Amino acid sequence: MEILMAIVIGVLFMSATYLMLSKSLLRIIIGTGILSHGAHLLLLTMGGLKKGAAPLLGEQASSYTDPLPQALILTAIVISFGVTSFFLVLAYRSYQELGTDNMDRLRGNEKK
Amino acid sequence: MINLPIIPLLIPLLTGIILMFIPKKVKLQRVISLIASLITVGAAVILVNKVYKDGIQTVNLSSWDAPFGITLVSDMLSALLVLTTSIIALATIIYSFRSIGEEREKFYYYPVVQFLLVGVLGAFSTGDIFNMFVFFEVMLMASYVLLVLGGTKIQLRETIKYLLVNVISSALFVIAVGYLYSIVGTLNMAHISLRISEIGQTGILTVIAILFMIVFGIKGAIFPLYFWLPGSYYAPPVPVMALFGALLTKVGVYSIMRTYSLFFYHDRGYTYQILIVLSILTIIFGIIGAIAYWDVKKIIIYNIIIAIGVILFGFAVTTEAGLSGSIYYLIHDMIIKAALFLLIGMMIAITGTSDLRKMGGLIKTYPGLAWTFFIAALALAGIPPLSGFVGKLLIVQGGFSSEYYLGTAIVLASSLFVLFSVMKIFINGFWGIPKTFKGEEKVPVRSLLIAPVILIVLSVLYGVGSEAINPFISQAVETLSNPTIYIEAVLKE
Repeated sequence: MEILMAIVIGVLFMSATYLMLSKSLLRIIIGTGILSHGAHLLLLTMGGLKKGAAPLLGEQASSYTDPLPQALILTAIVISFGVTSFFLVLAYRSYQELGTDNMDRLRGNEKK
Repeated sequence: MINLPIIPLLIPLLTGIILMFIPKKVKLQRVISLIASLITVGAAVILVNKVYKDGIQTVNLSSWDAPFGITLVSDMLSALLVLTTSIIALATIIYSFRSIGEEREKFYYYPVVQFLLVGVLGAFSTGDIFNMFVFFEVMLMASYVLLVLGGTKIQLRETIKYLLVNVISSALFVIAVGYLYSIVGTLNMAHISLRISEIGQTGILTVIAILFMIVFGIKGAIFPLYFWLPGSYYAPPVPVMALFGALLTKVGVYSIMRTYSLFFYHDRGYTYQILIVLSILTIIFGIIGAIAYWDVKKIIIYNIIIAIGVILFGFAVTTEAGLSGSIYYLIHDMIIKAALFLLIGMMIAITGTSDLRKMGGLIKTYPGLAWTFFIAALALAGIPPLSGFVGKLLIVQGGFSSEYYLGTAIVLASSLFVLFSVMKIFINGFWGIPKTFKGEEKVPVRSLLIAPVILIVLSVLYGVGSEAINPFISQAVETLSNPTIYIEAVLKE
């Protein structure tokens, strides 16, 4: 199971890298979304995918899944959520202000 | 007091929350942030004193024992950095009063500065690797807002790049923590160190070490990963630039020092060698940038990169002299970079340009500014009585004693180029025929000069009184070179 997840996460990272190397800003933001999906799935996989009950004490199972990676992922999800929404608004604002979403045209040092 | 390490964190956090309720009352905001940063400095001084007397201070949050809960750890290194950070924050806040402008102040400038402080101080004093990630994000999120606040075109453009780079490095941080967790099964830094010393540093741990180097190298701008810094730090207003230049990259450097001295010290051959090569290349590329430009901001920005290289070189040679040199230099560099950014900010405000070729003759009308800058420039280059000297001397000593002759020679030569680059500012900006500049009358030079003068005085005292500071530094070195002290303090076995 972990092998399969590793391959899937690898594909996600590959697509994220490809998208983030493109010129359009929206494609880059989609790339960051996929990148954070990959990172979160990786946290889950790295914590181990052994079978066990959901981490609720009411289940009264003999073994539970590891609760720590789930808490880490939840934290990482809200953080990347916040950053992504900021990024999207920033992209919207800079489209209004700069009139382009092409990264090639966002160069230089002068205050144009 | 048991909860002492958390106090410097709580004060800016509470202040930030309170300030969010009164965005339009600018005067009140200024007063509150000034008082709060004074209290933070006070708390940091008490913390340093306490750590000096009683050794490493730890707080287990909610009284969960060490490997299971989140632990805040203040050893001497982090306590000193907390103190330096709070002093720099105080200086930049004072500078902001007269320079940042009402428009920005009304839109949550002071609260965001306080949140940036929460992130930086938290990253310095956490003892948990995932918690460090969270504090990094607090710091970065605040820095995005500070970078874009005001919304000019250049700020929007550079924030996009800065944000993208940091999103990627944060994802890499999560990935690195995931890998590390799958091997050692814990997140508490002392416990990770203990587990690694039990299983030995296998190949996969070296890979993770390199991954951490990449993550913190992006934050701290070491050689192949510094590409985002010159553009991004060029965009924001001057006090923000001073905060960034003094604090943000140094958090990356601190994290490299912490993880490499605590986790990955068993097999030094490969990782430390890479660190040395990269730090030398960082210095070289920083030098190239610093002497190439005629723009005051760019010159100081590239000087940040040089200093990062010097600090990491001192750390990576791993002799006692090198380590204490790098800590000396780290603290010196934080203070002096903040001061230099504030000073060039005044030059830019007076002349209305950041191009050196359009300046000249400022020493006739602004002698105070000129001589403060002169002292700052000499301190940056490391002229003996001033603060940059001791650190570099010890780093050079450490480099020679572990026989990295070429690297040490480059560190020595870098001082020359640093001196050249800042003297270029002094000669072209302050000497020569006075010119008239637009907007000259509006700049409140006297009140702006307070903050950099405070910093320069501190830096001079730091240089002159390095003998008095030495016991603090050697205590910090002791923990860095001997991780068992740290582990025992946290896990209390």
